[in-house]
Parts: sequence; C-alpha cells; structure tokens
Amino acid sequence: MLYDRWFKNPEDVPLILEKIRKYSDRTGPIRLMEVCGTHTMSIARSGIRSILPKNVQLLSGPGCPVCVTPANTIDMVLDLSQQSGVLITSYGDLLRVPGSKHGDSLLSRRALGGKVESVYSPMDAVRIAEEHPDTEVIFLGVGFETTAPGTAACIQEAAARNVGNFSVLSLLKRTEPAIRSLIEADDFAVDGFLCPGHVAAVTGAGGFRFLPEDYRLPGVVAGFEPADLLYSILALAEMIASGRPDLKNEYTRLVRSGGNPAALALIDQVFEPAPSDWRGLGLIKNSGYTIRKEYEKWDAAKKFALRPSEPKEIPGCRCAQIIRGVMRPAQCPLFKTACTPDNPVGPCMVSGEGACAAAYQYGE
Amino acid sequence: MDEKITLDYGSGGLKTSELIESILLPAFKNDALSRLGDGAVLPGNDKLVFSTDSFVVSPWRFPGGDIGKLSVCGTVNDVCMAGGIPKYLSLSFIIEEGFSFQDFRDIVASVAEEAYACGVSIVTGDTKVVDTGKGDGIYINTAGIGYQRADLPGKESIRPGDAVLVSGTIGCHGAAVMMARSGLVAENSPLRSDCAPLHMVSAAALDAAGPDIRVLRDPTRGGVATTLNEFTENMPFSIELDGSALPVDPAVEAACDMLGLDPLYCACEGRMLIICSPDSADQILAVVRAVPGGENAARIGTVTEDMPGKVLLRTPIGGRRILSKLTGIQLPRIC
Repeated sequence: MLYDRWFKNPEDVPLILEKIRKYSDRTGPIRLMEVCGTHTMSIARSGIRSILPKNVQLLSGPGCPVCVTPANTIDMVLDLSQQSGVLITSYGDLLRVPGSKHGDSLLSRRALGGKVESVYSPMDAVRIAEEHPDTEVIFLGVGFETTAPGTAACIQEAAARNVGNFSVLSLLKRTEPAIRSLIEADDFAVDGFLCPGHVAAVTGAGGFRFLPEDYRLPGVVAGFEPADLLYSILALAEMIASGRPDLKNEYTRLVRSGGNPAALALIDQVFEPAPSDWRGLGLIKNSGYTIRKEYEKWDAAKKFALRPSEPKEIPGCRCAQIIRGVMRPAQCPLFKTACTPDNPVGPCMVSGEGACAAAYQYGE
Repeated sequence: MDEKITLDYGSGGLKTSELIESILLPAFKNDALSRLGDGAVLPGNDKLVFSTDSFVVSPWRFPGGDIGKLSVCGTVNDVCMAGGIPKYLSLSFIIEEGFSFQDFRDIVASVAEEAYACGVSIVTGDTKVVDTGKGDGIYINTAGIGYQRADLPGKESIRPGDAVLVSGTIGCHGAAVMMARSGLVAENSPLRSDCAPLHMVSAAALDAAGPDIRVLRDPTRGGVATTLNEFTENMPFSIELDGSALPVDPAVEAACDMLGLDPLYCACEGRMLIICSPDSADQILAVVRAVPGGENAARIGTVTEDMPGKVLLRTPIGGRRILSKLTGIQLPRIC
C-alpha cells in the first residue's frame, strides 16, 4: 500500500533537521527549487519552511501547469468558448485562470452563457461528445508528463470509437526542456532541485540525470509527504556540502528508474515534442507536446485553425519572476492587495498549486 | 398516484392536497400539523431559539445520508449551537417537475425518522413544484424553534488559555459528498458523511459544564478552519491547533489526498466545536465521549495570544503555519 501514515508523521524529524542544519552550517545559504505544484502545496501545508534552518531556502519553480500557460493562450481559448456549438471541457483549475484582461476567465464566460464544463478525466469529455453529437466538444489538455498519457488515451479512444465531434487542444508541457532553460538563464541561482515524483513515475528517475551530468547540480526525486520532503532536502544538503552532485530517488515506493513504459509508449504514439510558450520563460524548444499527424482529426488547433495572439502579459503581475524563483510572492506589489484567491490577477494565485495561492493560504 | 411529480402537485389544488394527505401527514403525524392551518399554534417558553437553513446538496443522496436527513440535522444543530433544545420544525420543499415519487417518499421517510430521533415535530410546511430545468431535483428549507437551555456568552468571552474541543472526526461530510459527486466512491468504501443531530452531545456538554462553555458551533461550510477564523477575526486572541491531535478518519484523509482537499476545510454536518475554560475540558470530553457519535471527541487546540486574530496550525512535523478562511471553492487538483 502506497498510503502510509509514517510518511505524514515521521518520528525522527528532530534528527533529520539536526543533520540538515549541520550541512547547511558548512555550506552557507542554500537555495532549493521544487518544480511541481503538488510539492509547492505540500511544503506549504506541512509548514516545513518554518522548521528548516534559516539558510535553507525553498523556491517554487515552473511546476504548476496552469501557472505556466501564457495569457495569450488563455485569450485564444476564451475566444474559442464564444463560438456557437462549442463546449469547452477541462480540469477545474484552468477554468478560473484569467486571460490578459482582468477577471476574464472561462468561468466568467460561462456566467455570460459560454458553454464550459469541468471534468475529472478526459474520458468524461469523450463521453460528453458522444452524448451530444451536435456539439463540438473540446478538451483542454493541460499538465506535464503526468496528464499526457491520459490525454493520449482519450484521443486514441475517440479515434477508436470514431467520435468526430471531439478534439483536444494540447497545452501539455515537458519538464526537462523548461528546467534546462531555467538553469541556462542569466539570473539562475539555485543549488539543487526537488524533482517531481509524479512526473518521474512516468519518465523514470533517470529522466533527471541531466541535472548532475550536464550542469553539476544535485537532484532528488521526491515524494509528497512531509517525510519524503525532509529526507530529500537532507539528501540535497548532503550532496551540496560534499560537492558531489548526483541524482537520487527518494520516492522508490512509486518511481522506477525506467519509469512507466506503457505510459511513455502512449505519449509517443499520440504526441511529438514541439516548441511551446511558457509564461515567464518564453518560447522553449521541444518543451510541449503536439498531436501527431495520424491523429490530427482530433487536434483542436488544426480543426479550428487556432493561433495565439501576440504575447501579452498582465500589467503589474510578477508571476513570470516568481515562476523562475527570482522573486517571492510577497515581493510582488499586487500580492494580497489587488491579487487574492477570490479575485486573482495572475495565474500563480488562481491555481491552488500556484506559489502565490500557497503563500496566501498558508503564509510564507 | 403518478410516478413522477408534475407541476399539478404544486398548484395548491386537488393534487397538492393529495400529496400532503397521502405522503406528508402520515409521515409527521402531530396535532399542530394535522389542523393544516396557515401556521402552527405552539405552546411557548419565555426564551426561544429560532433558526433556518436551506438545503441544495447535490447529489441529494450521498454516502451516510440524504437531503432529508440533512435538512433536519442542519437546522436542529443550529438551534442546539445557540443553546436551545430543538422542539419544532417547518419543512418546505421546492421540487423540480419530473422528480420521482418514490425518491420523494424516501426523502420524506428520512425526514420523519430523523425528526423522531431528535425529538422535534414538523408542525408546518409548504410544497412548490417548478418547471423542469428550473431546479436541481429537490431543494428543502427548514426552520426550527427551540427552548433556550443555556445562555452562551459567545466569542467575546473567549480568553487566552481556553481549550478548543471537537466532538468527533472532521471533514467527513464534505469529503463524502465530493467523492460521490466525482463518481469515485468504491462500493465497499468506508467513507461516510457525518450527518447527524447534535442534540445529545450538546446537551451532555451543557449539562456537565454549562457556565464554563464560551461558545458552541458546528463547522459546516468552510470546515473547522473557517469556523475558527470566525471566532478569532478582529479579536485580541489567536487559536493554535495541534495537527497531531486532529481526529481525521483514514478514509477522509485518503479521499482528500485524492481530490486535493484539506479535511480542515471540508464541511462537517454532525460535529461540534466547543471553546471552554481549560479546567472544564477533561470533564466535557468525558461526557461527550459517552454519547453515541461523540466517541472520537478530542482536544485539538488552545486559545493563545501569539498572533491576535489568526488561527495557527502546529503541523505533525512541528512546523507552524497560518490557517486562513476558505477562499473561493476547493477545486480538485489536476496533477
């Protein structure tokens, strides 16, 4: 059983903290980055920041798929939702994300009569399409390697059942190119990465070997309970102190070195890597998944000839800097003033897994 | 009688009488109701507690209860939390045309059963039927009157050092309904709503230590975290919760992990928060635990002066963080 109380409430917290303190005394200030929204929330909820030594800083990177979707992409989706006979389906988080105009989201469009529905699984979207043959049902595929296999499976299912009124707009992202782009930026200042456990469950822990091999940076594939995070932070501190960067897998109860071959095959059958635009990071080579030619009948981008407008960012919003770890949420002038979870300006406040929402909800 | 409820049943004419006489009157038989006046005439008391609530839960049937049971417990509990002994309820239905009679009968039976268990009489009511598409199956409103048992001093009387108690496991209702809504409930899942009346546990606590109790509150929408924030807001004290003392059912914890929810923000429909003097905490816990449904009562926190106005959580690993009010709605996570 994966679910284990021990990971939520380990007895040896004082001992782990003492060891982290010992290493960080030796290294001086260290900055660690997590690149997964679930890590962001888990760190905030468990209050780990408040017990770590002062010179160990945890930063939230581009780990929330909703947060890294650029405003002009959302604008494009909002326009699509106004077309007659179209029903937009997606995961709940995405529905609240504003485009470049404050307060303009799929939810606000729904209130104005746009057809928008939230689903738990892309398969539900296929079912909705079958039940409403007169409606063009579009699923917004958002997420990383974690949600890509499910999205691929629903496209194959739609193809197998020949559901002609269903299509997917792929906003899917790949983790590795984004981390590389972050590291290669001029203002990069991170000493080690907490690697996303769920992504690694698909790609394999080996998918993060590039960190020590290409950049001499330590990485630990981490689970999501407090014990997972503490042990992973300890392993990072130890590697930083010893000057021997490596990739470790703390989440062995779920993550294998080679990942999940069935899920990887599914992704490969339906998608191919393509350039993708990230909020805060810009256009990154091979960082997205587009739908292969064989399945273009179910590709909403082709079907509706979609093209994002000129890149437009939200005035005053510092999500771009926050996603790169060069700014903390509290340093944004809009944080807790113009921008709150009930009235979010930027995507980092909208998504429950965004760095700003976590900082607002749980304190920093 | 027809199989589906049609608009005729809300006309106020013959069909409405048929519905009242064949389903409602037999279920709630009592003198005050049987007169079928425009209102009920009731024996009085010099101090009354009066409350009302509307119920729109979807799905209307969920693991551990249904909208009928909920509509009795919800109002009974509000009366209890205000220090009252619940006596009388009104019951009003808004039914969407096409709702099945069998389902309606089940809901009425559930109302009757719960009212009997709480010792309250349904003394007046109303039934309306709206067009298909203008309602989500069925909505219920209840109002409740109770006789005052205790004059609770309220949140202004809370002092640093006071104890924070909860009468049972938290977040069950919210988690169970969210799981039912998502269609993810396994057949043999132990996940159940905590929907239950609080008349016994509140009576036990008030009888045992009435003068030492500052405030009672059932943490419904927004859960324990939001309710406690309502106590601390603009007040000169803070509340610190002990994360390892929170009673959370493992099935609720697992469901919350799956949906990306936090049990502290999930609604309870049969739990009570008690803030009391530190000396009375053990005695109150003992009597509450002796009442069916109060077995898992626990002391979960303390009133402090650390950060006035705030609710804080000491996490099981020793971290400390702010518990703010629930903002927006809890949305399921996507990866």
